[in-house]
Amino acid sequence: MCLAIPAQVVAIDATGSEATVAVGGVQQQVSLALIDEVAMGDYLLIHVGYALNRIDPVAAEQTLALFAQMAALDSGATPPTDSDHLTGEGAA
Amino acid sequence: MKPVAMRYIDEFRDLERAQQLTAAIAAEVEPGRRYRLMEFCGGHTHAIFRYGLADLLPAAIELIHGPGCPVCVLPMARIDHAIALAEQPNTILCSYGDMLRVPGSERRSLLHARAAGADVRLIHRVDETLQIARDHPEREVILFAIGFETTTPPTAVALQRAAAEQLPNWSLFCNHLLTPAAIRAILEAPEAQQPGGVAIDGILGPSHVSTIIGSRPYEFLAATYRLPVVIAGFEPLDILLSIRQLVAQLNSGRAVVENQYQRAVSRDGNRRAQQLMADHFTLRDRFEWRGLGWLPQSALAIHPNYQQFDAEQRFSIAVARRDEVKGCECPAILRGVKKPTDCRLFGRGCTPDQPLGACMVSAEGACAAYWHYGRFRQRPVGESVA
Repeated sequence: MCLAIPAQVVAIDATGSEATVAVGGVQQQVSLALIDEVAMGDYLLIHVGYALNRIDPVAAEQTLALFAQMAALDSGATPPTDSDHLTGEGAA
Repeated sequence: MKPVAMRYIDEFRDLERAQQLTAAIAAEVEPGRRYRLMEFCGGHTHAIFRYGLADLLPAAIELIHGPGCPVCVLPMARIDHAIALAEQPNTILCSYGDMLRVPGSERRSLLHARAAGADVRLIHRVDETLQIARDHPEREVILFAIGFETTTPPTAVALQRAAAEQLPNWSLFCNHLLTPAAIRAILEAPEAQQPGGVAIDGILGPSHVSTIIGSRPYEFLAATYRLPVVIAGFEPLDILLSIRQLVAQLNSGRAVVENQYQRAVSRDGNRRAQQLMADHFTLRDRFEWRGLGWLPQSALAIHPNYQQFDAEQRFSIAVARRDEVKGCECPAILRGVKKPTDCRLFGRGCTPDQPLGACMVSAEGACAAYWHYGRFRQRPVGESVA
């Protein structure tokens, strides 16, 4: 039930409430009722015909950069930390 | 034909990167230490099996499958209730695909009810139910809504539209569940306190639920239970990186909520979707979950402002209490206490074609994952190749 896929906006209807998105050569009509300010070319996370969120391209690049960085290092290197996104009260 | 590239999917399925990650994890696990990590979501369970991640990981990593499959945790009584709603005269009952196949009591599913004459329709989007109601003003149209916080906001939108249009023949059978309550229940379950019970060292947090609710609602896990949590995407590299982050936290004695799935999840989540949920639903005092029992404040009901759309109030249905299928281990599997292969019905009478238990039905159920991807494996999960 919770599966969702990233798909790119290829058209937005006149009311701004529906968009056509494409992924892997397949197009689908989706509702934009849950998100604001969608632009052509955005990647949206689609679930049961609704866009749940926008994919943040900068954050995606950061995650991919972590993989690339790891490839450059020995496997014994320091594991990645996520200090910008640490939350919670339980830190020792 | 060359497959079309899928951005934000393909990059997170790269084999070479996966091998680098698993090598790094193998190098970082401490000798003699076990890392018992629960992946809450059935989506994670399926990715772990589909991509063979369990076989790539060192033996020290033990993956425990959580109850994050809304189809699986819905108790039989709710399925029976939906079937009874569908069997009323002059009614059209609509739901998402998986829900139609889940057996209720006496192994009857909504598909069986449809075969016997009930008008049961498979939908892909809640908006379809509104159109069906407009097209059939003389009939009652009921949306059998299920799902975690991922699926709830679209249902809220449908309810909002039905109210705006004052659709008199549309109603909602609400079965929306809350994820944090289920995680708490597993940690508080009696087995968790017993030696050899379902002890968990860290949690791979939900991906798409978290796009809506954010990472903040899991902070109690780190604060109260001192459990490391990493919100993990559903692609294989997301899962491996998240496991590596959990290992790093455990090795250094930290317990915080980290967000690996930064490209879609923020700390606060989707505020607009949260507002829609708050406006249209209210907390139930308690709700029954298959395998976990009655959990306080773990599910949503329709907000009193919209009670005329509540199918539970509009139609009086009495559902008798029934026992689970004899021998079905779904409840224990959902608590992480047993594996699908511990069930004597697994593959013998219970298969995705003829499911006896809900865990075999859903594309997120642990039994279905084992059946589709794991049944020919030579060794149990987490045992090393070497």
